[in-house]
This record gives sequence, C-alpha cells and structure tokens, in this order.
Amino acid sequence: MKIKINGVDKTLDVDPEMPLLWALRDVLGLTGTKYGCGEALCGACTVHLDGHAVRACVTPVRRAEGRAVTTIEGLSADGSHPLQQAWLELRVPQCGFCQAGQIMTAAALLAVKPKPSDAEIDQSMAGNICRCGTYTRIRSAIKKVAGVPDDGGNQ
Amino acid sequence: MTLPLKLSRRAFLAGLGAGLAVGVMPRVGRAQSPSDKKAAGGLAPHVLIHIALDGTTTIVCHRSEMGQGIRSSLPILIGDEIGVDPKRVVVRQAEGDKKYGDQNTDGSSSIREQYDSYRNAGAAARMMLVAAAAKRWKVKPESCTTENHFVLHRPTKRTLAFADVVEAASKLPVPNKDFVLRPFSELKGIADPKLPLLDGLAYVTGTAQFGADVRFPDMLTAVIARPPVVGGKVARYDAKRALAVPGVRKVIEMPVPKPPWLFQPWGGIAVVADSTWAAIKGRAALDITWDHGPNASYNSDAYREELLASVRGKGTTHRDVGNIDTAFAVAAKTVEAEYVVPHLSQMPMEPLVAVARVTKGQAEVWAPTQNPQANRTSVAALLELPEDKVTINVTLLGGGFGRKSKSDFVVEAAFIAKELGDGQAVRVQWTREDDVKHGYYNAVSAQRLRAALDDKGAVTAWHHKTAFTPIGGTFNDKLDTPAADDLMQGVTDLALAAPNVRAEACKAPLHTRVGWYRSVYNIFHAFAVGSFIDEIAHARSADPREVWLDVIGPARKMSLAELGIPKQPNYGETLDKHPVDAGRLRNVIERVTKMASWSNRKGRALGLAAHRSFVAYSAVVVSVVPDPVRVFRIDDAWISMDAGIVVNQERVHSQLEGGLIMGISNALYGGATMTNGATDQSNFRDARVARIRDVPHRIHTDIVASTEPPSGVGEPPVPPVGAAVANAIFALTGKRLREMPFAKALKI
Repeated sequence: MKIKINGVDKTLDVDPEMPLLWALRDVLGLTGTKYGCGEALCGACTVHLDGHAVRACVTPVRRAEGRAVTTIEGLSADGSHPLQQAWLELRVPQCGFCQAGQIMTAAALLAVKPKPSDAEIDQSMAGNICRCGTYTRIRSAIKKVAGVPDDGGNQ
Repeated sequence: MTLPLKLSRRAFLAGLGAGLAVGVMPRVGRAQSPSDKKAAGGLAPHVLIHIALDGTTTIVCHRSEMGQGIRSSLPILIGDEIGVDPKRVVVRQAEGDKKYGDQNTDGSSSIREQYDSYRNAGAAARMMLVAAAAKRWKVKPESCTTENHFVLHRPTKRTLAFADVVEAASKLPVPNKDFVLRPFSELKGIADPKLPLLDGLAYVTGTAQFGADVRFPDMLTAVIARPPVVGGKVARYDAKRALAVPGVRKVIEMPVPKPPWLFQPWGGIAVVADSTWAAIKGRAALDITWDHGPNASYNSDAYREELLASVRGKGTTHRDVGNIDTAFAVAAKTVEAEYVVPHLSQMPMEPLVAVARVTKGQAEVWAPTQNPQANRTSVAALLELPEDKVTINVTLLGGGFGRKSKSDFVVEAAFIAKELGDGQAVRVQWTREDDVKHGYYNAVSAQRLRAALDDKGAVTAWHHKTAFTPIGGTFNDKLDTPAADDLMQGVTDLALAAPNVRAEACKAPLHTRVGWYRSVYNIFHAFAVGSFIDEIAHARSADPREVWLDVIGPARKMSLAELGIPKQPNYGETLDKHPVDAGRLRNVIERVTKMASWSNRKGRALGLAAHRSFVAYSAVVVSVVPDPVRVFRIDDAWISMDAGIVVNQERVHSQLEGGLIMGISNALYGGATMTNGATDQSNFRDARVARIRDVPHRIHTDIVASTEPPSGVGEPPVPPVGAAVANAIFALTGKRLREMPFAKALKI
C-alpha cells in the first residue's frame, strides 16, 4: 500500500485491516501518535487523513491507501505551528500524553472554523480525554490562536 | 527522609552512565548521558549534582515525572540555590537506585519531604565554588555569592565563571553541615509564574518518550489475557489458535499469583507477536476457560449493602473525646446521613506498559514507573539476580495517579523477557480494557455520620463511622477492617469544635486488589464530611460557610488530646513541623469564599467544601447553573490552597486546576463495579471520566503565600471537590447526592 505520510510517500506491507495507529507506531516508528483506548473513545491517536481528524486506532490502514496522513510529527517541523506555540505559552501539558491528539483535533477544527464559539470548541474537543485536567487551558490556547476573547482558563 | 548527601564522585560518575538523559529524551541506542568527557572530573558534591569542568551543570531528577512538573521544579530549586544559568543546566532522569534516596513518587512527597535536603545540596555546591574563588581572590567567602553561573565578590564586583573554579572547588571537602542557604527572596525561579516546562516542546511535537515509545530493532510485543476475577486462574486455552494468527511468535503461561496479592503479576496467558495488532488478535483467539476462584461471589450491589450494614453496626473506636452518648441523649436536634463511594480506577491516559530485556545474568527495563526501586527489587527477586544486575530506566509517565507505583506490569515484562531469553527485547502493552479490568482500585466505602445539635444549632457531638477496604488487605489477606492509621486521612485529623467526638472503623473485607489513587481515602472522607456539614447547615437554615467555620472552631493547633487520638501518622511528618492547624483550614475557606463572592450568592447555586490532606489545606467553591439537557452544568470554580512554601508556582496552579477537574470526574462518573468478581466496565465508554464539556469555563486558583514548610501539592486539591459539587447541586435542585457517581442519580 502506498500512503503519503507527513508529505513523504511510503510503501507499507502490512495486514490491510491493521489499524493505522499500529502501522504508524510499530511499523513506521512514528510514536507521537498515542494509544489510549483502541475504540475511538479518547482521541489520543488523532491524526489527519486528507486534512480531516480521524482516530487512527479504528482506521484500518487500507482506508489511508493513496491518501495523505499527517501526524503530530508532521504538523510542523519544529513545533512552530501556532497551536503548538500557544500550548507552550499557556503551559497546557501536564503529563503530556494526550496533547498530541488534542493539538491534532484542534488543528482540524481551526482549519474549518477559524473563529470557533465556546460550544463549537467543546463539541469538537469532546472526543479527546485528558486525565490530568488541562481542559480549561486547552480551551484558552485554542481561543488564543483563533484570536477570540477568552474569559476562562487559569486566573 | 533525607538524601545521602556525601557521595563519592565515583558513585556519581557511575550513575551518569545509565538512565535516560533528558530535555528531549534520546531514543534507545543513542548515548544516554552527558558526554563522558564532561563527566570526567568536575564537581560532584551530591548524588544529584555534577558541575563539569566547562561549567555544564547536570541535575539528576530522581523522582518520576507524571504531570506534576517535578522535572521542571527540582532543577530550579537546586539550581537557584547553586546560582546557575538555567541555560547551562542539563536534567538527567535517574534510573532506580537506592543511592538516590527514596524515589517512590507517591504521597505528594517529593518537595515536601526533600525540600531541605535539595537546598542543602545546592548550597554545598555553591559553598565549594565560593570557597575556591575566595581563595584565589584572597578574600573572605562571606563576601562572595554566586549568580548566573559566576562567583561574584560583592565589594569589588569581580567575577569568576564556574568553569574557572570547578577544578579547584572539586578538591575541597564537601560541606555536610552548617549549610549557608540563600535568603528566600533570592530563589527567583521558584516564584516565577512563567517558568517554562522542561519537556514542553517534546510534549507538543510528539517527541517526548513515554513507556510505549521505547523502541529496539526486532522488539516483540506481548499482550496478556489475565484472569477476570482476582484469584482466578486458567482452566484451559488453545495456544494453537493464537499461534495461527500471522505475526504471533509465542504463547507463554504466566505464573499463578498466590495471596496476598502484593504487586504480583496477575497470571494468565501472554501472546508474543511482531506487532501490537498481531498480539491483540492472537490473544482474542486463545479461547480461554477460566476457573474464577474464591472471589467469584463478589458483587458490588450486594457489597454496598454489606458495607452499609457494617456502618450501622458497631466498629472499633479510634477517636474518642467526651461522651457522645450523653450529648445525643440531650440533643435538641440530630442530623444523620450515610454516604457511599465505589471503587475508583486511576485510568492514566497512558495504559500500563513496560519494555524488558534479559541476557545471561543481567536485566534491563524501561518503564513509566512511579517506583523504580521497588521494580528493581521485584525484578531481581523474580530473576534471582543481585539488584546491581538489574537496571530500571524511568521514562516519562503518561499519568500515574498511583497506578504506576505498583510493580505488577514491570514484573510481567521481566518474566516474559526471561522466557524469551537471549536479550530479546519485549514490550508488554496493556490495552485500555486491561487497565480498567485489572486495577488496584481505590477502596470502596460506606460512611455514617451523626451530629447532635443544641437549641442554638451548635454541634455538641460528632459521630463518624467509616467502612472501607483497607489497602493493607492487598498485603495481608487476613486484614478486613481499616486500621487506626488509615483513619488519619480525613477522620482522625479533622479539626472539630464539638466537645464530644467519636470515630469508628467498621469491617470491610477485601475481594479484589486495592491501591492508592490520587488522595486515596481522603476522597470519600472529604466527600462525606463536606456534604454532612452542608446538611447540618441546611438543617439549621444557616449559611454553610458560617457552619463550616463553627464546626471547625477557632484558629488553633490541635493537640493529640484535643483530637482524641493516641498518635497521628500525619503523612510521615511530625506534628511539630506540620500541626493539624484549624486556623489554616479556616483561612482557605475565608479566601475561597471571598474570591467566589460567597456573601453575594443570592440567585447563584454555590457549593463549598474544605479539607486537610498531605499536610496541606484546600478549599473549593463550585458554581452550577441549569442546563436544558444535563440538569446542570458546572460553570465556575474557585480553589484556594495553603501548601506552605511552594516550589514552581506555575505548576502548582496547574495542579490545582487538574486536581479540581479530577475531583469533578470522580464525583460525576467515578466507579468500578464488580459482578461475580469481574469488573463490569471495560473502556472509556462505560468507565467514564470528565470530558471538556464537564469542566468549568473558569477555574480561579489561589495559592496562600506562606513561609511554613512545604506540604504536599499533587493530591490535596482533589478531596474537597466532590462535596463542593454535591453541595452546589443541592443549592440548585434541592436534591442531596450522597453516593458517587452522581451521574447515576442524575441520569446524565
């Protein structure tokens, strides 16, 4: 199977039913995409498939054939994506494990809704779990990038 | 405990060879330490500090990073005391080794227990650098200080770079007493509200190395089918079907654990494969028949009734002041209520995982572990090796919350690596279902509280009965009742003004594995006490805030006699250093209610609760508003904490936010239940946790400025939250929630 991953054409020789998550992690060594639940319940494995956020843990690798996959490693070369910068500035991460998935979901949201409302942010991010409890800072970081007023977060 | 301060340079340099260096953790196989060239020579006044000849300063983080920010905080504290330029500091994560002192990252203890020894260690390094420079300048050391990687002679403003004096300093004796500490005001980093996260860039670019990210060429992956019931074992299974799955290499029978469970692996069958996916598919093909064993009759619904019956009967009295029986006999009014909290599961975002490799006479492990020394001891025992032949490398933890302080998952990896032999690297990957179903759950509990009120509404007697499965039962299967020390967490250390108080521990036999979960027994004790004080307030038609202050009583430090207990474990701290201080508890209540404009609460639905835990004091106010779909929504929250001196203000604020949200998660959704001994829940679908819509729009955090010794920080924000949420929902709806999870009663 041929898949464009982070802008580079790759050929994968795996069971076409293998979830994209395990192909990325176990076969390609792209470990920034995390396993958290395996059932599209937590969002830790979120990647972009042709620009849309998908949960890699339930996406058979065959669905990505001939398409473009972007992982956290490909969002920017050096952490310069505005969301990554906002995440650092507001010190969003605690343990950090879920944050790649959070950022990938937020990036897909802002691509279609550059100025999301609070309700739209909550709706888009509802599938991404953080057990450390960084949700209020996640909201603030998204709003910072969107340039919309923020009355929340840490005060 | 204190760290061994004086340690030979050889021991320090030996330490540099192992473990993972940091910032962005290098991948396995690359150099894992600052270069040997830098490590050769230099100043090593303490096991956690090395200053190379070129001035590069390595600070060893010997505690595990699981989101609390220790890897950012510890180097700042030590580095400030030395007087470093933060840009010239390398942080190295320690492997598990007793030479580093206690590494168990648990009990909110890292800063609280070691603040003094960290500062002394930094001071020792500074004193040696200063002494060397002073000698060269022929001036008094007292006239010198350090700043930004230079020694400074204050009167003449002369400077010498650390690099210029390291060699001379390294030949001086290491101070082991009379440490000259900096004035607190000079410790600038620890008060900096904008301190960067050491691993921030690695987190947001996906390069941070967690347990599952450790990679070796040709590494295999194992998943294990574990007995669904604690104490159960495999009756029969079909290895052939699993081996027929492409990519599956081997099927291994795990050793059967014997009670007490301790941190033993769970038994079952391991499937080893080329990829995680093949291993998961192979496991599904095993077709196992289980012999469920003696705990197959454990049912949560029936056990709930058993615990309630237990607290309705007589327990063992562990706190006794005055005579409650007389007080209840003459009470103008009696308030009583029962509270239930189920088992709770830690569910860190990173499921358990460990990588191991065993060659003849040596073992190496990489794991996201809270307790690498315990892992080392367990692995050495399993493999019958001396501990110095076992290396436990600590990766970043994708959350821990107490689950990763147990060694079960690490020992599993070591066992499978031993079976594979020949240095074959293997990763044991737990699925989320494994995590939910094979937990060291927080204790399940029932409590009964009773208060006698006089005709003015004052509480004249307080009677608290608590039944919960003690964690001691995991270590001693004969234990079926909480011990006196277990009641320290929110029952016997509770400041009460009432002249008559009794607290009893009631029977609660254990039928599964229980263990620590962020703030542990405080979760249910604070929920019951915090809800009950609100119930007393409503019974009196009084302001809950005033009743809280009445129930606690005036500002004072509580003696053992006033508490009515013979001793107080006090989280390992002396009562001289960390008294039970009613004044500090009152203060956080006063601060948090002021922030929340409590007195102006007409038309709002606010809930208040406060609690002392891990020798810190925290108070929470939650505001809820009606919601057309979900009955209510938490729209605002305030939290004030007095944790004494805090290191890294910014990460403490983040702990307050995160602890508050975890408290909301426990209260709304927490609960692992068992049917016929097996856990009912399987994944985030039914083992629910707070999502973004569940949390307040705003969280206002307040840290009390204090010169008291540091207390715990990671856990104390959690306990008061459940009661604050319940009290706010009562204010909004008039419905009193006495059982977690609230989602059940609210049908949300």
